[in-house]
Amino acid sequence: MIIVGEKINTSRKSIEEAVKNRDASFIIRIAREQAEAGAHYIDVNAGTFLDKEADCLSWLVETVQSEIDIPLALDSPNPNALAEAIKHHQGVPMINSISLEEDRLQSLLPVISAQPCHVVALCMSQTSMPTTVEERVAVSSKLIKKLTDAGTPLEMIYVDPLIQPISVDVNMGLAALGAIRKIMHDFPGVNTICGLSNVSFGLPERRIINRNFLALCISYGLSAVILDPTDKELMTTLITVEMLLGRDEYCGNYIEAYQNGRLA
Amino acid sequence: MSDFKALSEAVNKGDTKTALVEAQKALDAGSSAEEILNKGLITAMNEVGDKFSKGLLFVPQMLRSAKTMQECTKLLQPFFQEGDVLSKGKVLIGTVKGDLHDIGKNLVSMMLEGAGFTITDMGVDVSPEKFVEKTREVKPDIIALSALLSTTMPAMAQTIEALQKAGLRDKAKVMIGGAPVTEKYAQQINADSYASDAGSAVNKAKALLGIS
Repeated sequence: MIIVGEKINTSRKSIEEAVKNRDASFIIRIAREQAEAGAHYIDVNAGTFLDKEADCLSWLVETVQSEIDIPLALDSPNPNALAEAIKHHQGVPMINSISLEEDRLQSLLPVISAQPCHVVALCMSQTSMPTTVEERVAVSSKLIKKLTDAGTPLEMIYVDPLIQPISVDVNMGLAALGAIRKIMHDFPGVNTICGLSNVSFGLPERRIINRNFLALCISYGLSAVILDPTDKELMTTLITVEMLLGRDEYCGNYIEAYQNGRLA
Repeated sequence: MSDFKALSEAVNKGDTKTALVEAQKALDAGSSAEEILNKGLITAMNEVGDKFSKGLLFVPQMLRSAKTMQECTKLLQPFFQEGDVLSKGKVLIGTVKGDLHDIGKNLVSMMLEGAGFTITDMGVDVSPEKFVEKTREVKPDIIALSALLSTTMPAMAQTIEALQKAGLRDKAKVMIGGAPVTEKYAQQINADSYASDAGSAVNKAKALLGIS
């Protein structure tokens, strides 16, 4: 399971303050915590800065990579901010994200074909949000085609099935899970990725829902996830479920997590 | 006459069956449809909205109550009389240009409808021009703009500018909301109000029109 650490997002008050004050040591600490907890990528998002987003995102990239040798997930719906931030990134970044929305697609395709990068392909079409499994699969096939045509190998594509709240439609969980299974089946080698918190919007004790949803996603074939890797309970679920699905040889990761006091 | 306690309770719980029985009972007992709507259904939905804002009720419960109210309103429909005051005001609502998210917008629509407003929902990805056009046509009291992305928030400002240019800005109040939207941003772009959730949207809308 590929883990993208989600904590450096300016929609969190403390991160927004740190970015505003250019508090590098705080940002580095949050990045290091996540890397040590098992993140393979550190997500950076400066969306709340609106017209200063590109600058802030680039600063985050340079700040994190100045101290920690880890690739980043450059997170923005804004193609310009992504195009700018990628110039500051060392190694192969993850672009989070591209979609079938025309402006976004056309401005990002040249950026991602100019250099190797992992790409999150969000199942959002030009005109609407998908609701059913079929709609999600249809959008993702188109996106995969566009990306592979632009030179991105299947293995570097991460389809995000677009998780919607179960509180407004109880079928939204199954729609996302079904899409994960079908996409993994139809495009061998491709990755699927998602965040966990959308599913629990509008309900109490969201962490319980998110954690159980993670277990289901993994069992349906999810291969990458955006989460808080310092959340011990969440990581315990991840490690345990992977073991139970036969993906942890000799139960090594599970036992090691226990020995390191990481299970909760 | 009646305080519509049982009806109100049924709407609060989203118990459509009981609510329909109670609404019918009220009609049979001689209450007017207008009275049942205003004192029974709308009052109950206001309670639901307030509880939601306070975190005492959750989205599915709100949806369920709204559904119950809709069913009861259908029952009352044939009994409304000419001259009945059935609308608290007209609201034109939509998600702004470039943004396809509709969940928040739909929740706000639903709660405003539950509170007695008449809603014209323009859907998602609505351009400033379309808002202007529809404003001319519908003559709303309130224009409600939704955006979920930081990249589409500027389209709210553009919509307000377009209304200004068309000479419509002072014809309606503009209310905005959505996850990245803040009170500060509302002031910055000269919106009249900001609502943080579907429950508070109702209170803000009423405040804008000076009704209780």
